[in-house]
Amino acid sequence: MSIYFDHAATTPLSEAAAAALIEQMRKLGNASSLHTPGRSVRKDVEEARELIGQLVGAAPSEIVFTGSGTEANNLAIKGFYWKARDLNPRCKVIVISEFEHHAILDPVEWLEEHEGAEIIRIPITATGFVDLNFLSEVVATRGDEIAVIAVMHSNNEIGTIQPIAEIVKIAGDIPVHSDAVQSFGKVDFNFAELGLTSATISAHKIGGPLGVAALVLRRGLDVTPILHGGGQERDIRSGTLNAPAIVSFAAAAKNTIGSMAANDQKVRALKAELIAALTTEIPDIRVNGAQSPSLPGIVNLTFPGTESDGLLLLLDAEGIACSTGSACSAGVPRPSHVLLAMGISERDARSSLRFSLGISNTSAEIAKLASVISAVVDRARAALART
Amino acid sequence: MKLIAAMSGGVDSAVAAARAVDLGHEVVGVHLALSSNPQKYRSGARGCCTIEDSHDARRAADVIGIPFYIWDMAEEFHEGVVENFIAEYSIGRTPNPCLRCNEKIKFAAVLDRARALGFDGVVTGHYAQMKESSQGRLMYRAADPAKDQSYVLAVLNTEQLAGAHFPLGDTVKSDTRKEAKSRGLYVANKPDSHDICFVPSGDNAGWLRERLGSESGPIVDEAGVKLGEHQGAYTYTIGQRRGLGITIPAAGGEPRYVLKIEPKTNTVVVGDHEALAVNKITGEKVIWCGPVPAGFEVHRGFAQVRAHGTPLECSYQHDGETIVVCLDQPLYGLATGQGLVIYDDDRVVGSATVSATE
Repeated sequence: MSIYFDHAATTPLSEAAAAALIEQMRKLGNASSLHTPGRSVRKDVEEARELIGQLVGAAPSEIVFTGSGTEANNLAIKGFYWKARDLNPRCKVIVISEFEHHAILDPVEWLEEHEGAEIIRIPITATGFVDLNFLSEVVATRGDEIAVIAVMHSNNEIGTIQPIAEIVKIAGDIPVHSDAVQSFGKVDFNFAELGLTSATISAHKIGGPLGVAALVLRRGLDVTPILHGGGQERDIRSGTLNAPAIVSFAAAAKNTIGSMAANDQKVRALKAELIAALTTEIPDIRVNGAQSPSLPGIVNLTFPGTESDGLLLLLDAEGIACSTGSACSAGVPRPSHVLLAMGISERDARSSLRFSLGISNTSAEIAKLASVISAVVDRARAALART
Repeated sequence: MKLIAAMSGGVDSAVAAARAVDLGHEVVGVHLALSSNPQKYRSGARGCCTIEDSHDARRAADVIGIPFYIWDMAEEFHEGVVENFIAEYSIGRTPNPCLRCNEKIKFAAVLDRARALGFDGVVTGHYAQMKESSQGRLMYRAADPAKDQSYVLAVLNTEQLAGAHFPLGDTVKSDTRKEAKSRGLYVANKPDSHDICFVPSGDNAGWLRERLGSESGPIVDEAGVKLGEHQGAYTYTIGQRRGLGITIPAAGGEPRYVLKIEPKTNTVVVGDHEALAVNKITGEKVIWCGPVPAGFEVHRGFAQVRAHGTPLECSYQHDGETIVVCLDQPLYGLATGQGLVIYDDDRVVGSATVSATE
């Protein structure tokens, strides 16, 4: 029996989402067609859009469906950059937090390499939050050159929730994009209340299907498209609407947000249990990042004297799935840029694991982890010591 | 047993891993990332740690039904194999990086890590046979003489051999491919890798020139008479005949060969074929792959100096540190730095690095 502690990577498909997905897949019609079957599918898509809009705090027209969170982030970053630069050639600065996900980091670095962008990275404090003083200084001195500011709503590796409302206030008229794929459905996230220009949300992080996400984009604001074609989504995103996935996304969002408070309480208690149990077994582990404000389910731990890929192999052999930071294209684990940005040493960053819990986890699973961790850590320490 | 299968993404290591599973072992596949900046694709038979290879290894592990991980050994490989390769050339020797990789990476860094993580040994797709005996595990040539890799494995000491598993030693290569196909392994028809994996272009001379410079210097005969210019002494090999660019013909018109490379004076010495003759070989860094032959006594056996070279009848003796081999018939063209492997018929006795020839 496999124990799954990697809900930040992807989550089990909820029953509600699975039922909606299968039902819609059996339904014929292209949502852009003018005839009766087309209109029927269009109705399903628009109802899903309205529901998601309501759950995320946005107007239906502000929801632009995409094929993935990565696509939504690319659309926002590149779209805002090209748009701003076309209006004002001096507007070439992109401000991001130093610990953004690769779906933000890589398009920004691509724009730097190919499109003349200048990147300013907001440093991260030791507890895992963006340095607002730094941002204020950048906005005060370079404000008229900034095309977009992008700061994730919560960090995917350590779970800390970022002060987005303050960032929006500091930004003034500058567009602010927030990758909220880890937050939406797990903690309060209201697009309108935060005053964001755009945000990314994704279905498979909340019990929905893979292959569908959305860019929440303020009404009246257009960005330069990446995909050109039928212009199905506000002329910003082309491609036949993936009606089954969209409808299933809405079902998952409704399901998870309907029980968000209870889920939060349960998962947060499990996380506390996990930290306590592992600390009892391995007293020198360290928890990376502040526990408040944070996501309920993510905990990142350093196991001094180990290598995380050794830990992962040994835990996997015990039927326990967790995660190291990220891997390069060849699949080699790399020290997490998130932990490095927090000032954690490369050695410690290479000794860290992320456990991300979900509502299906149990106390018994945490007890099982606690029962094997000492032997696993001893082995991993021996493996590192041989070098 | 619990075994780590080192999976390169090629057909041999995939079948070896599958056979280890069939034998009832608990097997975990591991692909070694040996380059910190891997190429995306293989080009022909070159390279063995591209992203494509790592994908092929993962797919093979999926088909076999074993867990699969990638281990980053780029630093160890660079220090133990690539730097050694460059250093050896820089002092005028001709190293064999495959020997070093087996000695320092596959059956050292990987085996040590495997053992520390609770595994009993490492499975590879090498072609060599292991036989248990009253003197422990002994290594023999593979059943397929064309694929025999005992030469590049002769750097394993008894402790390393105890943790090494070569399930393909009794098999001919064509059967390995057939078996891969029948097992549904996509890599069944993937070409064999040759050449040096970390020189993806296959241009060793150019690769060395980039790292060691291409300072030109004299090409001289044995008497010291200058016959031409070379573009970097490191790029020549003992016994090399082609590409010397000598315009002054020998008195008798016979071809000339590289006899010696002198890095200190940046000189390449050439001479006739007879001058390449080697009757006596001294080797250092001796490794015994089984019982140690009595020291200071003359033993009979076969010496081999290249991966697929001919075994040469010889007498040898050692003093614990160095080994001296006297060949029954001379050998033509042997560079210092090459691996010297001693066989007793088909059994691998041990190996050394050639340090001097006469």
